[in-house]
Amino acid sequence: MIKLFKIALRNLIRFKRRTLLTTSLIAIGVLFVMVFIAASSSFNNIIIGQITDSMLGHIQVHKRGYMASIDSLPLTLNLSEKGWKKFQSIAEKIPEIESISPRIKFGGMFSNYMDSTNIRINGVYPDMEIATIPLLLARVKGGEKTIKKGEILIPELLATGLKVKAGDSVVVIATNKDGSVNGKQFRVSGIIESVTGPGGRDGYIHIEDAKDILRMEELEVSEVAIRINDFSKLNKINDQLTKNLSESKNKKGKPIFDIRTWEKLSPFYNISKMIDIMTIFIKLMLIAIVLVSIMNVMIMAVYERIREIGTISAIGTMPEKILVLFLIEGFSLGVIGVIIGNILAGISIFLMNLIKITFNFSRQTGYVLSPELKIGDIIFVSVVVIVMSVFATLQPAIKAAKMEPVDALRHV
Amino acid sequence: MNLISAVDINKIYQSGEIEVPALRSVNFEIEAGSFISFIGPSGSGKTTLLNLIGCLDKPTSGKLKVAGVITSDLSRREAASFRGENLGFIFQDFNLIPVLTVYENVEYPLLLVQNLPYKERKDRVHSLLEKVGMKDQMNKYPDQISGGQKQRVAVARALVSKPRLVLADEPTANLDSKTAFMVIDIMRQMRDDYGVTFIFSTHDPKIVSEVEILFTLEDGMLVNTSKGKGGRND
Ligand SMILES: Nc1ncnc2c1ncn2[C@@H]1O[C@H](COP(=O)(O)OP(=O)(O)OP(=O)(O)O)[C@@H](O)[C@H]1O
Ligand SMILES: [Mg+2]
Repeated sequence: MIKLFKIALRNLIRFKRRTLLTTSLIAIGVLFVMVFIAASSSFNNIIIGQITDSMLGHIQVHKRGYMASIDSLPLTLNLSEKGWKKFQSIAEKIPEIESISPRIKFGGMFSNYMDSTNIRINGVYPDMEIATIPLLLARVKGGEKTIKKGEILIPELLATGLKVKAGDSVVVIATNKDGSVNGKQFRVSGIIESVTGPGGRDGYIHIEDAKDILRMEELEVSEVAIRINDFSKLNKINDQLTKNLSESKNKKGKPIFDIRTWEKLSPFYNISKMIDIMTIFIKLMLIAIVLVSIMNVMIMAVYERIREIGTISAIGTMPEKILVLFLIEGFSLGVIGVIIGNILAGISIFLMNLIKITFNFSRQTGYVLSPELKIGDIIFVSVVVIVMSVFATLQPAIKAAKMEPVDALRHV
Repeated sequence: MNLISAVDINKIYQSGEIEVPALRSVNFEIEAGSFISFIGPSGSGKTTLLNLIGCLDKPTSGKLKVAGVITSDLSRREAASFRGENLGFIFQDFNLIPVLTVYENVEYPLLLVQNLPYKERKDRVHSLLEKVGMKDQMNKYPDQISGGQKQRVAVARALVSKPRLVLADEPTANLDSKTAFMVIDIMRQMRDDYGVTFIFSTHDPKIVSEVEILFTLEDGMLVNTSKGKGGRND
């Protein structure tokens, strides 16, 4: 076997230029795939991290029916205090849930005493919100980074439009679910940057203030944001939570809660899916490159060596050994290409991290791409390329093994 | 005991629509240990006959027995292993494997056909290379040695698996006459030393002075059998 490898390798060395060309083609293919996978997954992770950590949370829970009319922020579809308590007790029993944050969401009028406009407001417990949405305060640009009672964080677009600065006094007016209008004065504690997706242009106040404006006697909750401790287990934890919550039914026997992961809440999920599909296509292209280039050289190799095949066959070499001899040659081409490709990919990704490629997404700027080579990807791509190399060699190798020695020896 | 017996061998090639009779009703017997040549003009059927004896091809009709085996009955795989165990081949164009050194070329049948252990391979290859006078060149590659040297290596390769019969189709056609005589000489020497049967074909009448028995082919028919000068020195 070792000898067969030696013969195959010497044959590859004998046709240096051809070997070099084929292996570099495969290596470049592997390089591109690896770099693309690394860069796109880094991009994905950064954006998903941004979306979940600065606004959505990993999972959100609403009262069933709320999501269907979320655009109007219906106060009639909030979870009651009882519902919220129920949820809390169930969520506490799942250790993977790191933190939860209840929100009262409502639409209202926002006025600086001269102009007014619409605003969407989240009433939150600052500690819980910050624990669940760790990047929230990073979005606050001007002013203090807090949400105390009597204070409001207003979205950047509103601040620019109405020329409001941190420290200014403003009024928020809203209609509660009984139809009565109420207003409250706030001090602007900071300006919050917009991000993509639903809720990206919302203002924040303390939940007690929200209750005040809406004249709620007891707590009602429009939305609960949830942060889990291991993002890679998102679906598992989501299933678990869904299962545990599904036992809570209303009087009509319908489930109370509606549980969704970020994927169902953010339009970026589709972009992320597109990137995954592109990755699949790029992998398919690599497979095509490997198949065509290896098949091509191996057909050449068999054709050039017909007399040689005749000779070893006449001497008594069994057909299967001849088959293996050529398969090893194709296999070696694949292996060499994969090794060089992975080394090049490693170097490229190292350099990419060194020069710090930045990109902008939506209104957020200056994300630094930090691609990394994952062992799983290396193994997967390498195995696929090598298997394809052997597969591409199969046809020419079978042809060689089936050759009649008399015909092969007569070949000029 | 006869090593080879051929009874009424016919070989017809199908070349498109046309049938080309390459051998017609050939009969002969060859004793073990002989040094034999088939001579005849181009197209007379020498290669065809050697291919049949060498189990590389099958007769259209007739019965061919080599080393006690009716070779026309063998399957493809059986024929391959029969060749590997009983036969050695020497080719007109030497047919050494270009990526292997002289040593490795001679070692090849032991390694990939007979699967012998390293020590035994080494001993056999060294002693044969010594015999054919190529031991000092054993680490060279085929393209680094002359035609005569290549054919000597090929002789060593044909003998290394201890075959009972070595077949050589025009082994000297690509050599100048001095080298040709030398190669034939070595072949004879090997026959004398190992008792291996040698059969070679040639169209060069000068070269056959060395053989014991000379079969003359013409137009696919065996027209003459004569004793050569090169009887055994016993
Ligand atoms: N594969 C084949 N298909 C058709 N005809 C063939 C084939 N091989 C040989 N022949 C024909 O059979 C006849 C004998 O050929 P063969 O090669 O045995 O002659 P030869 O004596 O070896 O000639 P040379 O001295 O030129 O090598 C020739 O007429 C040749 O054209
Ligand atoms: Mg011939």
